[in-house]
Amino acid sequence: MAAIEIFDLEKSYWVGFWRKRPKVALRSLRLTIEQGEVFGFLGPNGAGKTTTLKLLMGLVFPTAGSARILGFEMDDPQVKSQIGFLPEQPYFYDHLTARELLNYYGQLSGVPAKARSARVEQMLARVGLSESAGVQLRKFSKGMLQRVGLAQAILHDPKLVFLDEPMSGLDPMGRREVRDLIQQLRHEGKTVFFSTHILSDAEALCDRVAVIHQGELRGVGAVAELTSETQGKIEIVFFAQRVPAALASLGAEARVSGDMVNAVLPEQQQDAALDVLRREHIKLISLTPVRRSLEQYYIQKLRPEDRADGRNEGGRKQENRKGVGV
Amino acid sequence: MNTRIGHIAFNTFREAVRDRVLYNLIAFALLLSGTAILVGEVSIDIERLVVVNLGLTAVSLFGVLIAIFIGIGLVSKEIDKRTLYTVLSRPVRRWEFVVGKFFGLTGTLVVNTFFMAVGVFLALLYVAHRFDKMDAWVLVALYFIILQFLIVCALALFFSSFSTPLMAAVFTFALFVIGSLAEDLRGFARITQGAAGGLATAIAYLVPNFSALNVINQAAHGNAIAGRLILYNSIYALLYSAMAISGAVLIFERRNLK
Repeated sequence: MAAIEIFDLEKSYWVGFWRKRPKVALRSLRLTIEQGEVFGFLGPNGAGKTTTLKLLMGLVFPTAGSARILGFEMDDPQVKSQIGFLPEQPYFYDHLTARELLNYYGQLSGVPAKARSARVEQMLARVGLSESAGVQLRKFSKGMLQRVGLAQAILHDPKLVFLDEPMSGLDPMGRREVRDLIQQLRHEGKTVFFSTHILSDAEALCDRVAVIHQGELRGVGAVAELTSETQGKIEIVFFAQRVPAALASLGAEARVSGDMVNAVLPEQQQDAALDVLRREHIKLISLTPVRRSLEQYYIQKLRPEDRADGRNEGGRKQENRKGVGV
Repeated sequence: MNTRIGHIAFNTFREAVRDRVLYNLIAFALLLSGTAILVGEVSIDIERLVVVNLGLTAVSLFGVLIAIFIGIGLVSKEIDKRTLYTVLSRPVRRWEFVVGKFFGLTGTLVVNTFFMAVGVFLALLYVAHRFDKMDAWVLVALYFIILQFLIVCALALFFSSFSTPLMAAVFTFALFVIGSLAEDLRGFARITQGAAGGLATAIAYLVPNFSALNVINQAAHGNAIAGRLILYNSIYALLYSAMAISGAVLIFERRNLK
């Protein structure tokens, strides 16, 4: 059973005052996320990421299409006790302390009273808020609120966690902690579906990613496969204070920084480049094939000419769920 | 009661209790009850009448203000601040949220009314030096005031489920004022003929009849209040509130939370 199955989900809003016209926020999204996956939902601001999450959470209603979450229809209340959700830039009841808030959410999620207070303390410790547990949330910084948000999302031990821009507004340390937390959730066997526009986070954490732009799915792929594709170029790094002329003549694009040179040249020039270094007694540091980055994939998918491909990918993915849809 | 509704109601109550604005309103109402003592002192032989009239009017007016002030923000504030997202993504149904909010606010108003009523009775004791049997009617008047709050809360929730907080406040307060004149409106409808008469009758019976729930003057004069009126008013207030809450639920169930 897949964790999430989305079938042609669409959402349009009516905009305008006198002459109302529909504005499409999400068009015919088809996507399947397997259990245990960490799935990144990528796209620029306004791409439709939050709309998709709100649809899955039942906060807005679809214009067309449907979805199944953990085998239940998405509007089935039973599914809600098995999922956790962190909204974008979360805001909580600021009259409550962190402990009171988590206790309240535990009550609403049906966590038994006996286990609840222990679970709350455990979550506070997990997100590093034990010392601030008795402070009202109105005195919390943005980063602390984000931590509370993460704690409430996993408080009831859900099988599937939805995180909308979980790293937004966090300092580098906070981002690192959230990344660690997502890794821990993966090790616990949870499915994590998170939206982001920070590609380095997606590259570091996700098994698969989908790119969405202007409400349209542009591509789905396994990160490992996307980033394993070579570009027909190699990158060599060696100790030198200048670029040897013989290397430049091989068509190398080189950059000197201090005592080190970083040169990129066509793959077929690899042996010739190594000969040059040997001849000139230059010490080689590394030689690696240049791989496509997630950023390159992302930018490619945002191009208008890639629209048709993306649509086909969404459909193709049904047949090849774990495959690369590029 | 559904436990989730209870938890939402308790959280609403806790939020209101921790809101400083609420205390300003209560302090103001108690101050007005205190003023009633002063006015009572200079009103020879009618001290009791003045204290009960002024005190209960203060309780009613400030209670209605609190009901509107908090009621209009119960749902819309949660949508604007997006606190609702983390509630509705749990096994909480939308109707449970609305009903829980309603109970939370009415609970707050009952507790507030209790404290303000204590102020009124202390003022009464100060001017009369003892309690009388007829003071029991003051309790009935207070009960009717609470019934008014039920309807006002439900209306505030209903209007805030589809309009802005400001418009919801205007609509609710307007209905409170019109409803307070409901008996006059019914009298006007009776003497009006034709389409205007039909319209006046429809409006007179559609608006909440707050004037039937206002027995402050009778209580101040120590006049008995019929048991039948207590029963009818209780049923009327419960039905009217249930209707308004049902309307709020129906609208909220279909609302997209942008």
